[in-house]
Amino acid sequence: MLDLWVGLFVCAGIGALLVLALKVGNMSGFSVADSYKVYAEFDNIGGLKPRAPVKSAGVVVGRVADVTFDNQSFRARVTLYIDNRYKFPKDSSASILTAGLLGEQYIGMDGGGDDHMLKDGERLMITQSAVVLEKIIGQFLYGKAAETGTEKGK
Amino acid sequence: MAHSDNLVEISGLNFWYDKSRPILSGIDMAIPRGKVVSIMGISGSGKTTLLRLIGGALKPRQGQVKVAGKVIHELDRDGLYRMRRRMGMLFQFGALFTDLSVFDNVAFQMREHTDLPEAMIRDMVLMKLHSVGLRGAHRLLPSELSGGMARRVALARAIALDPMLIMYDEPFAGLDPISLGVIGNLIRRLNDALGATSIVVTHDVQESLKMVDYVYYLSEGLIVAKGAPKEMQASAEPLVRQFVYGEPDGPVPFQYPSADYRDDLMLNR
Amino acid sequence: MFNRFAIVNVRTIGHHTVNGLWRLGYASRFFALILLQSGTSFRRLRLIIRELYFTGVLSLIIILVSGLFVGMVLGLQGYQTLQTYGSESALGVLVALSLVRELGPVVSALLFASRAGSAMTAEIGLMKATEQLSAMEMMAVDPIARVVAPRFWAGVISMPLLAAMFSAMGVFGGYLVGVVLIGVDEGSFWSQMQNAVDFREDIVNGVIKSFVFGVAVTWIALFEGYDAPPTAEGVSGATTRTVVTSSLAILGLDFVLTAFMFRGV
Repeated sequence: MLDLWVGLFVCAGIGALLVLALKVGNMSGFSVADSYKVYAEFDNIGGLKPRAPVKSAGVVVGRVADVTFDNQSFRARVTLYIDNRYKFPKDSSASILTAGLLGEQYIGMDGGGDDHMLKDGERLMITQSAVVLEKIIGQFLYGKAAETGTEKGK
Repeated sequence: MAHSDNLVEISGLNFWYDKSRPILSGIDMAIPRGKVVSIMGISGSGKTTLLRLIGGALKPRQGQVKVAGKVIHELDRDGLYRMRRRMGMLFQFGALFTDLSVFDNVAFQMREHTDLPEAMIRDMVLMKLHSVGLRGAHRLLPSELSGGMARRVALARAIALDPMLIMYDEPFAGLDPISLGVIGNLIRRLNDALGATSIVVTHDVQESLKMVDYVYYLSEGLIVAKGAPKEMQASAEPLVRQFVYGEPDGPVPFQYPSADYRDDLMLNR
Repeated sequence: MFNRFAIVNVRTIGHHTVNGLWRLGYASRFFALILLQSGTSFRRLRLIIRELYFTGVLSLIIILVSGLFVGMVLGLQGYQTLQTYGSESALGVLVALSLVRELGPVVSALLFASRAGSAMTAEIGLMKATEQLSAMEMMAVDPIARVVAPRFWAGVISMPLLAAMFSAMGVFGGYLVGVVLIGVDEGSFWSQMQNAVDFREDIVNGVIKSFVFGVAVTWIALFEGYDAPPTAEGVSGATTRTVVTSSLAILGLDFVLTAFMFRGV
């Protein structure tokens, strides 16, 4: 009798774990083993963090592995893991986009047209850095000031 | 292994937790095989500690304790456990496992230490319970037993593996007169039936003097008197007389050490 | 006068500290003994199964009911707050993440300590007081192997299971309040939750936390019982100490584990 209850208990516990794993969470199941490495350099990565998703056409195709600073070129060097199933042409571009208005940042990739595909360890040549709010405001104000200046000057 | 006549030999035993207050001093004892020996004394005279030393639960500070020719405190863990399987102990108030039935309590040692099939264990358990008169109670739980019954079940449990040495820690404590007689009777009968040796630690004079072969009297950690029951009853030693005849005042004083009475009542101003 | 007061207090503190350290050492040795003697528990699974009933199954009711209520409160409070930012659809995310990462492991561990932990302490303390443990020793059966170790493993196994059930019930409670009662969109409730809760980051970490809590609570409960003075006051004091020490340990470990696990996320 006791055994029955204990058996039920353990089943219920494992069941709860499964429910949590499958229904509540998502087993992104993204394993490094099934992916290849690609590098990209940016002027500014904004708020991009490791483990941020890499999306193309809105679908997750990989993860950001690592972000380092290149002391020679003074740019940010981002390592991306792309799922083995997806091949991108050599002239694909990577931009840093924001999910929603105030959401987390991710890498958006657009496929290019080249016949040759990116291989493990190669570099994406076309990149677009993150939009930094202060710079935009600065540009806006500068633009506004220039406009007013030109008008005054007329 | 040399078979001497004595099952338990204690020589020069000293024990203390705190050196300034020794619990046992210079104890020499020889307990012959097949006999029932009683160790008596007032509370705190070191009787229970002595049992623990014989059972190997405590190690002597000085001196030696030998059981069946082996020095108990020099045995390693396995050796000690092997020795303990040949000893049975009846704890004060029984110490039955409260979550197990009477049957399972008695069967405990058989299941833990032997590979006997359940059918055989069942027979053995019922036989042991029968010898203490409680075969019909084997399904009960310890909480459903009276004090005397619990004590008897504990006794059945202690003799489960037919030990060569049975130790009793205050077996008569808190029992009604009928149960007293029953337990005293059982201690003697089982000892003789099993061909075992029994050590009974008690301060019940009446019951024990009826059935033991030899008595040791302890006071403050020393053996003050020893002899056959008749000798103890006839002893002129004041400590023994006070104990045997239950005199309220004597070598063991009635008044706890205190200041002068008149001073306490503030009569001496 | 102030001097004497200070000196007495410093001496007491010093005394307590030394005492505490000594006890910690003794408790660690006890823990090592449990692990060493665990062979018997695994060879005779019946022992663990029996204890699983008393620690796990009997704690089910309080865990499930508490989980439900906590989830419902999260749903209610969460909705109130999210509404001001127009983000009601994120309610699922709020409820699920709070539960899986923190509330599930921590609250269920606290409840476990109060219910199963104190019961274990009282049981072992009582066995010690009535000389059952000594009796077992005299029968050449190691009480740590036979009595303590099975309870330890039962506690360690139950804890993650109970925490998972707590979290699952909580999510259901949040769903009840949010979707069924208040009317948050069911689709976005579940889909946003699935998007935000990562298996490895959140759920596995939560399980690791509850496992660590299980070890800590069970260890403390068993040690206090084993070390309790064999009197009525001794056992009751030990039971109280179990609940207090376990609760502090849970909260302290939670901080350490959270800082370690959720760094930079």
